[in-house]
Amino acid sequence: METLEAQIAEWRTYVTKDAAVGHHDVEELETHLRDQVDALVAAGLSAEEAFLVSVGRMGSVDALSREFAREHSGRLWKQLVLSDESDPQRGASGWLPALAFAVAAAVVVQVVRLVAGFPENESGWLLRNASLLVWPFLASYFAHRRRLDVRGWAAAAVPFVLAAVVINLFPYGTQSSTELLVALHLPVVLWFAIASPYMGGTVRSHERRMDFVRFTGEWVIYYVLIALGGGVLVALTALILEPTGADLPERVIEWALPSGAAGAVVVAAWLVESKQRVVENMAPVLTMVFTPLFAVMLIVAAVTYVITGLGGAFDRELLGVFDALLVVVLGLLLYAMSAREPSQPPGLMDHIQLVAVVSALLLDVMVLGSMVARIGDLGFTPNRVAALGLNLALLVNLSGSAWRSARFLAGRSTFHRVERWQTTYLPVFALWAAAVVVVLPPLFRFA
Amino acid sequence: MHIDKDLVAASATPLVLAILAEGESYGYAILKRVRELSGGALEWTDGMLYPLLHRLHGLGYVTTEWRRPDGGRRRRYYAITDEGRAALAEQRRQWVTVTRTLRDVWHDSRGGSSALEGI
Repeated sequence: METLEAQIAEWRTYVTKDAAVGHHDVEELETHLRDQVDALVAAGLSAEEAFLVSVGRMGSVDALSREFAREHSGRLWKQLVLSDESDPQRGASGWLPALAFAVAAAVVVQVVRLVAGFPENESGWLLRNASLLVWPFLASYFAHRRRLDVRGWAAAAVPFVLAAVVINLFPYGTQSSTELLVALHLPVVLWFAIASPYMGGTVRSHERRMDFVRFTGEWVIYYVLIALGGGVLVALTALILEPTGADLPERVIEWALPSGAAGAVVVAAWLVESKQRVVENMAPVLTMVFTPLFAVMLIVAAVTYVITGLGGAFDRELLGVFDALLVVVLGLLLYAMSAREPSQPPGLMDHIQLVAVVSALLLDVMVLGSMVARIGDLGFTPNRVAALGLNLALLVNLSGSAWRSARFLAGRSTFHRVERWQTTYLPVFALWAAAVVVVLPPLFRFA
Repeated sequence: MHIDKDLVAASATPLVLAILAEGESYGYAILKRVRELSGGALEWTDGMLYPLLHRLHGLGYVTTEWRRPDGGRRRRYYAITDEGRAALAEQRRQWVTVTRTLRDVWHDSRGGSSALEGI
């Protein structure tokens, strides 16, 4: 019997090593193995024979982990990473294309900067084309990595070409606010355009959309980390060069910063793709720390607004501030969702999250009410339309999300439904951002 | 009798749902019931049942709970939900149509060949 226990323990270690099979899955499989062994021993087999037969019936660990990974698409990347490691060609060529695309982005940004004479001249065309200089390299990196064929590359290129034509043909006025809105919304539109090569063309798959959401969150984390490191580096360089006098430190920063920021876009994506295991451990911790903090902040804010009465307390910036707030809440929600194990029953974190979302909604409805009144008095401006549209898109999303979360917490629905709502809704954001870029400027005569 | 892999895979979901419709159960007992019902003709790789059960859980067709029965091992029990019953009814409708069609076409062809033999 002792050898049987040792054998089961060994089998358990072997299966646990496989990243796609979770802790509870292993426990379930082990119970099954023991039941099977008991039944065979009762039928007259020796313990050792029974163990061998049972393990054989269980199926190969590779095939099993593939099945588990397919069911839990959140773990799917682990399967991809595992097969990557066993494929030496992929491993060796992994960082080289990333570096090539990063350098290309850095060079292009630098050349355009010199041509435009930034930062002495802050021309509008540079501002609105900024994302068009960098995002295509990220899209190309994914198109290359996912080994898209010619048609795949062409399909991925279409949104970028269209965007480039549209935003450069529009005759924006001087000090144009629609031009500023385009500069703000185009990066979002093109980010969604990157989803197509990222998913290898399977944009209809809800599981892959969730993967893209997870990628976005992890990319942001890596980018912020790189930016912090780069900031320290630049600050130290400036301090070291200061004694040389003249404007040397400024020159170095002018050269290094734009290229560094552009290159880091691709490097962060490469890090997410190849070092996912590292960031995956951070996601649950980050959401665990920030979800309660945001919940407290939002409750305090909601109570304060209700008690003091909103009335004329808001100024023209407030709708923008609330848009930013809702975007952050939604980001936190999506990120927590992508890091969550879907089969787990509702827990404390899910409750806190719902409280945060409901308080944010409450706040937003109050602001929105007075803002609509203000627009009724003063009329529409491009900024107000853009902020109002985004606000409504977020409001509908968060309400739907809160409603489905509440049903899930009450045990009347599944987490699957909550997830599906978000992945179905994603194109709405893309369409709204595209509308701000394409429709809004002509509507307001490029003011 | 060996049954084709694709056919086994296609029948897995309705079979598991139908067994759970008889009452809540756990993985090992479900597999035992499959062997009983098919007289050993349907051979599943044991481990593959669990990803399937988790998928049904994700779809909301079954609920699950870890429990330790008196004097037994801690096990994960699965019970069918109303949605699961609805899905089962739909699957059943499809399977009945498929099997009826097959039966009809085989019945006809046998009748045809015997008629030829009669000539």
